[in-house]
Amino acid sequence: MSADPIISLRGVTKNYGSGATAFQALKGVDLDIAQGDFVAVMGPSGSGKSTTMNILGCLDVPTTGAFLFKGRHVETLDRDQRALLRRRYLGFVFQGFNLLARTTALENVELPLLYRGEDRRTRQIAGMAALDKVGLKDWWDHTPAELSGGQQQRVAIARAIVTQPDVLLADEPTGNLDSERSVEIMQLLTDLNRNSGITVLMVTHEPDMAAFARTIVHFKDGLVERVDQGAMA
Amino acid sequence: MILGTTVVLALRAINRHKLRSFLTTLGIIIGVAAVVTMVTLGNGATAAVREQISSLGANVLQLRPGQGFGRGGGGPRPPDFKEQDLTAIANQLTGVRAVAPIVQSSGTAIYEGNNWSTSVYGTTSAYSEVQQWKVADGRLFMPEEEEAGSPVCIIGNTVRNNLFQRADPVGKRMRIKGVSCQVIGVLTTRGQGGFGDQDDVVVMPIKFVQRRFTGDRDISQIMVAVDDAYDTSVVQASLEQLMRERRKIKPGADDNFNVFDTKQISDTLTGTTTILTQIVGTVAAISLLVGGIGIMNIMLVSVTERTREIGIRLAIGAVASEVLTQFLVEAIVLSCLGGLIGLVLALVASIAIAPLMQVPFIFNIQVNLIAFAFSAAIGVIFGYFPARRAAALNPIDALRHE
Ligand SMILES: Nc1ncnc2c1ncn2[C@@H]1O[C@H](COP(=O)(O)OP(=O)(O)OP(=O)(O)O)[C@@H](O)[C@H]1O
Ligand SMILES: [Mg+2]
Repeated sequence: MSADPIISLRGVTKNYGSGATAFQALKGVDLDIAQGDFVAVMGPSGSGKSTTMNILGCLDVPTTGAFLFKGRHVETLDRDQRALLRRRYLGFVFQGFNLLARTTALENVELPLLYRGEDRRTRQIAGMAALDKVGLKDWWDHTPAELSGGQQQRVAIARAIVTQPDVLLADEPTGNLDSERSVEIMQLLTDLNRNSGITVLMVTHEPDMAAFARTIVHFKDGLVERVDQGAMA
Repeated sequence: MILGTTVVLALRAINRHKLRSFLTTLGIIIGVAAVVTMVTLGNGATAAVREQISSLGANVLQLRPGQGFGRGGGGPRPPDFKEQDLTAIANQLTGVRAVAPIVQSSGTAIYEGNNWSTSVYGTTSAYSEVQQWKVADGRLFMPEEEEAGSPVCIIGNTVRNNLFQRADPVGKRMRIKGVSCQVIGVLTTRGQGGFGDQDDVVVMPIKFVQRRFTGDRDISQIMVAVDDAYDTSVVQASLEQLMRERRKIKPGADDNFNVFDTKQISDTLTGTTTILTQIVGTVAAISLLVGGIGIMNIMLVSVTERTREIGIRLAIGAVASEVLTQFLVEAIVLSCLGGLIGLVLALVASIAIAPLMQVPFIFNIQVNLIAFAFSAAIGVIFGYFPARRAAALNPIDALRHE
């Protein structure tokens, strides 16, 4: 592990709403994620895990505080710059898969490459390679409606890794899957972390899943409660 | 980002949602088809009216006894015209291109057991000059036939079809009102006009009609063709003056004849059809606009429906302008496609309906281009605003959208 963290949060707060309905979801989060780490984020419901993941995924901005990605301040970037950052460095996996309907697995996986302006051939080769990595090479022409939940989540992971991102963010990737499928997904993430060198951040409620991670970050009431290192070491 | 990519995405989206795409396009298809069909048929109708009017003869003054339509009332019938009136008009008026007398009668024409009731016009060959009527087959009257009032006739197409069917009538002898005459020519078809079937006629030398049918040398109507270089109203005024003198009407007394300028009818009718075309065109244009609003509506709904999709695209790294371009391209492709289909439909409909309405089909490139450009513009305008709304969404809010 390198010394410089790839991700740093400093005093990050996030307020939702305004006036009487205002609610502070994050109350000053400090967090460092090392390059190449496999981090599980845990904590009670409503403790701010998803809020933090969205900020880390450049999908949302902190109300105050600093977010450094590879030493660069993200909180000062505009919408389009954040989009380009997502395109270049990040892969996101959601609890609800979020695949495009009526679109084949391969086309779903190719989509980020399309936005990168890759040509058709490159897209196809990289797309098939990513599907191969998640074990769905033979299912490339199936639409989400023709795939099981576990398969859909694996397509979503293939889509997140097809651009060879530095960081893979997964918000409850196994939340909609049974334990057997969940273990498959965890093994896949572990493999990507170990063999492809992707930094993995994953929100989970289940200790069994968290056990796959190297570092566990505990959230409580919009703050980082504690960080357990080397769970797997 | 390369435009080609957005086009690919837009085409994929259209292809994957065929029903939605079809519904979006439908408004434009109907709008464009309606506008183009209406205007094409309207132009055809105007052309048909012009054609009929030109059949009256351009710049022709019709001189009739009496005070004109619907006036005159009691008193003795004003006298008809004499041959001397004809020569006076031809010799004393300036700006007269041709003068033709008409004596009208009607009766049954018979040929080999076929009979047909028709109008008989007695006139001179000047009539063809005045009315711009041409002989399709055969010839006009010879001067000596006119002079002698020979039993020869030129027949219209309706008479020809009813008496002779497929046979060539030129040179045949037929009977008209019990008198035998030789067919020397067939008139060119002029069609069903606003003035009745203009081909249902037999034209004969005036002297023949006077001698055998009307029994006197009176002329019931004189047609005066005005030279193009002269002002019709000036010629009309001098014609009226001349006739007052010849018919010895005291100053202050009413005319006992009337002069009718056919150009008046032509102007009125052309004006009416033009206004009609404009009204119909406007109604059709409104339907095109409604079609455009339909596109906007469906684009708006589709953006709402597709909010999650937009969220996904933004989350995996699409820039807002790329999402905007994609929606815009979708709208443009759909409305251009709708425009094209609309034009084809209009073409088919116009070609099918024109003969039923008895108007010519006239392809007007301008109307087609304008309607197409308008539908494309609608796509751009009405596609842009919902697309902008879509692109302005925060990815997280878009993803959370159910
Ligand atoms: N868009 C929003 N508007 C208002 N409040 C929000 C919004 N998103 C989250 N919150 C609130 O912020 C708090 C933190 O939410 P967050 O989604 O980060 O929790 P979480 O730790 O991911 O919980 P869970 O384990 O249930 O997913 C919650 O109380 C939630 O109600
Ligand atoms: Mg959550």
